[in-house]
Amino acid sequence: MGFQVVVLWSDVLVWLLVAAGIGFGVLIARSPPLLAAWRRVGANRVGMAAATVLLVFIGIGLLDSLHYRVQLDGKPGEPVRYGIEVRSLLDALATPLRTRNEKTYSAPFATRLYAKESVDVPGQGSVRDYPRLKFGGAHLGANENDVAADAGFTALRAGVLALLLWLVLAGGVAARVGDGAAVDASGWRKIWRGETALAWDAVLATFGLILLAALPLFWLAGQYHVFGTDKVGQDVLYQILKSVRTGLIIGLVTTLVMLPMAVLLGIVAGYFRGWIDDLIQYVYTVLNSIPGVLLIAASVLMMQVVIDTHPQWFSTAAERADLRLLALCFILGITSWTGLCRLLRGETLKLRELEYIQAAQAFGVSNWRIIVRHILPNLMHIVIISLVMDFSGLVLAEAVLSYVGIGVDPSMTSFGTMINNARLELGREPVVWWSLAAAFTAMFILVLAANLFADAVRDAFDPRAA
Amino acid sequence: MLAYIFRRLLYAVPILVGVNLITFALFFVVNTPDDMARMQLGVKRVTPEAIQKWKAERGYDKPLLFNSAVSGRSTVTETIFFEKSARMFVGDFGRAEDGRDIAREIGNRMLPSLAIALPTFILGLFVTVSFALTLAFFRATAFDFWGVVLCVAAMSVSGLFYIIGGQYLISKVWRLVPISGFGDGLDAWRFLVLPVLIGIVSGIGSSTRWYRTIFLEEVSKDYVRTARAKGLPETLVFFRHILRNALIPILTGVVVVIPLLFMGSLLTESFFGIPGLGSYTIDAINAQDFAVVRSMVFIGSLLYIVGLILTDISYTLVDPRIRFE
Repeated sequence: MGFQVVVLWSDVLVWLLVAAGIGFGVLIARSPPLLAAWRRVGANRVGMAAATVLLVFIGIGLLDSLHYRVQLDGKPGEPVRYGIEVRSLLDALATPLRTRNEKTYSAPFATRLYAKESVDVPGQGSVRDYPRLKFGGAHLGANENDVAADAGFTALRAGVLALLLWLVLAGGVAARVGDGAAVDASGWRKIWRGETALAWDAVLATFGLILLAALPLFWLAGQYHVFGTDKVGQDVLYQILKSVRTGLIIGLVTTLVMLPMAVLLGIVAGYFRGWIDDLIQYVYTVLNSIPGVLLIAASVLMMQVVIDTHPQWFSTAAERADLRLLALCFILGITSWTGLCRLLRGETLKLRELEYIQAAQAFGVSNWRIIVRHILPNLMHIVIISLVMDFSGLVLAEAVLSYVGIGVDPSMTSFGTMINNARLELGREPVVWWSLAAAFTAMFILVLAANLFADAVRDAFDPRAA
Repeated sequence: MLAYIFRRLLYAVPILVGVNLITFALFFVVNTPDDMARMQLGVKRVTPEAIQKWKAERGYDKPLLFNSAVSGRSTVTETIFFEKSARMFVGDFGRAEDGRDIAREIGNRMLPSLAIALPTFILGLFVTVSFALTLAFFRATAFDFWGVVLCVAAMSVSGLFYIIGGQYLISKVWRLVPISGFGDGLDAWRFLVLPVLIGIVSGIGSSTRWYRTIFLEEVSKDYVRTARAKGLPETLVFFRHILRNALIPILTGVVVVIPLLFMGSLLTESFFGIPGLGSYTIDAINAQDFAVVRSMVFIGSLLYIVGLILTDISYTLVDPRIRFE
């Protein structure tokens, strides 16, 4: 079966970010002060545990950023046609989750629907009962009461496998950090005592926990709806996985958008002063004085009009949703660069009075060269700190904005749209709690990890604030 | 002092003009009134006549910046920019889609917004400052550590969940207060308790951490060491010296928020059905009522600028070293 690669604009930016991250890593390796700061991050146990969790989320997001369209079956000789639906590698890996839709709500690990329906029973006519699910626990056949035993056993098997996998991995790490090339106890001992330069003990412990949670989850997900299904019968776990990419893109691409603007304008304002400074200050004071949510709301409303009045621009619904996501990133970026810009302007004002800069000026080094060689590197710590600090706030903002209706496209899965869909279910009797709880937990883990990592980075880059 | 305030007010004018230009560009240049009409009427049933009628009814049928069809002063005043944007400076916000006068609506809705926002603000400030002070007092102990852990965890919870969870637990399961709504007079307190409580709780995490760092910064200063050296008990050091000195950055940082309290909280108000400005804005966003959103942007920035001026004044009041220049 053939397929056609689809490159959405957000994919381009995501992979650009990955490339930029690698490039940045190379730069860091060459700069001793930055390297030392990142080493301090690496030695921070909480920070590294958080980084491990974040990496798993980023991995999910990257898998979800490789899109394609499946080739449709056609008669030989016909021109090749592709399906209208844009899928990602994550969709392919999670195919059972994506396709096994029930009719409507079902609780986690349920074998029957959540609502009674009229079912035709042979011999008894129409009976009101909870209909059996099409997929959830279907392999149990008639023994549908054995869910606990069956799921427990499956989870146990998966857990053992996870443990084995973890042992192999930990062994690999131990061999790396150990003294000799051969596998001996020295590496294990070092990790156990926390004597490694990188906090491997935290990384391995976190990764072990993730494996222990994830493997049983995915094994069970093939047989049950682990987190239940929503109103239209979609698996909640699948929605969570899809939400990760949306949250990450909002958090990462927005910073990518605002970064060049904030850095350039902040440095220029602080370095050249005079009317340039006045102008830039005026621009960011004006932008700053409009309450953020309102400015975003107004911009998103306008963007919606543009998108709705030009349906011919988009060949698939995914492209439209994608463009809306990107536009949201741009809008968020434009409304959030002012804070960083002000910080950088202040710091540049301070830096340009330092003697080595004045010496450079006296030698006749050009202004731009001074900015690139001397000022920019000395501002890097502020940039890095504010980038990691902003990330969690943006993920949270996405949920609120989508809830208000000015966030991502309603057809795009995100934590905000999930919460929005799940909110009214709390009014049902008995209550449908699982989609809300699942969205809450996933978002909490992501944001908590981001916050903890940001703290570690701040501690390492800004020794004063410790 | 008066001359300073006057100068600050003058300085605010170009900023408000800038805000006005940005909103004007956003609402009328990015999309033409024709686009808006099409949007409001629905893409399918749209005819050129319907668009013309829609625009004429709302006064969008004039040129954007310069009206060449008329003469004299009218060339400037009979334009969309003058009628829809510039007149906001004198408090004329025009009419909403439902025909109501926006300025009057704003006046009516200010009070409910304040009724929620003011208690949330004052009680919240009290709670977070006390909590932060306690953490700073027990700094570098297990209590401090777990307090900070709790704050980070509380910061990581989306504001949506505080509202949804609080509403579900307190109103629906325990039935202590009504789920939503708003009453007149003294009876209103039953409706206010829950939103205020949730407002306080959702702010605890980040504010406490922020205030704690301010206190800790103060703790490490020389005058504190001097106070201890002369034999003052630690409690006295804290309440007489540190608290008083740390209140300066806290209060000045907080003053800027006070005028914005009029705006209310978008989320809280719409969740609890409080007829304030926040829910007005959300309804306008959902109904794509551009005139209301435009007015709220203008008012929001006006209040923000007032807040900045208040901050500057409060700076000079609490710290005599800062003088008006």
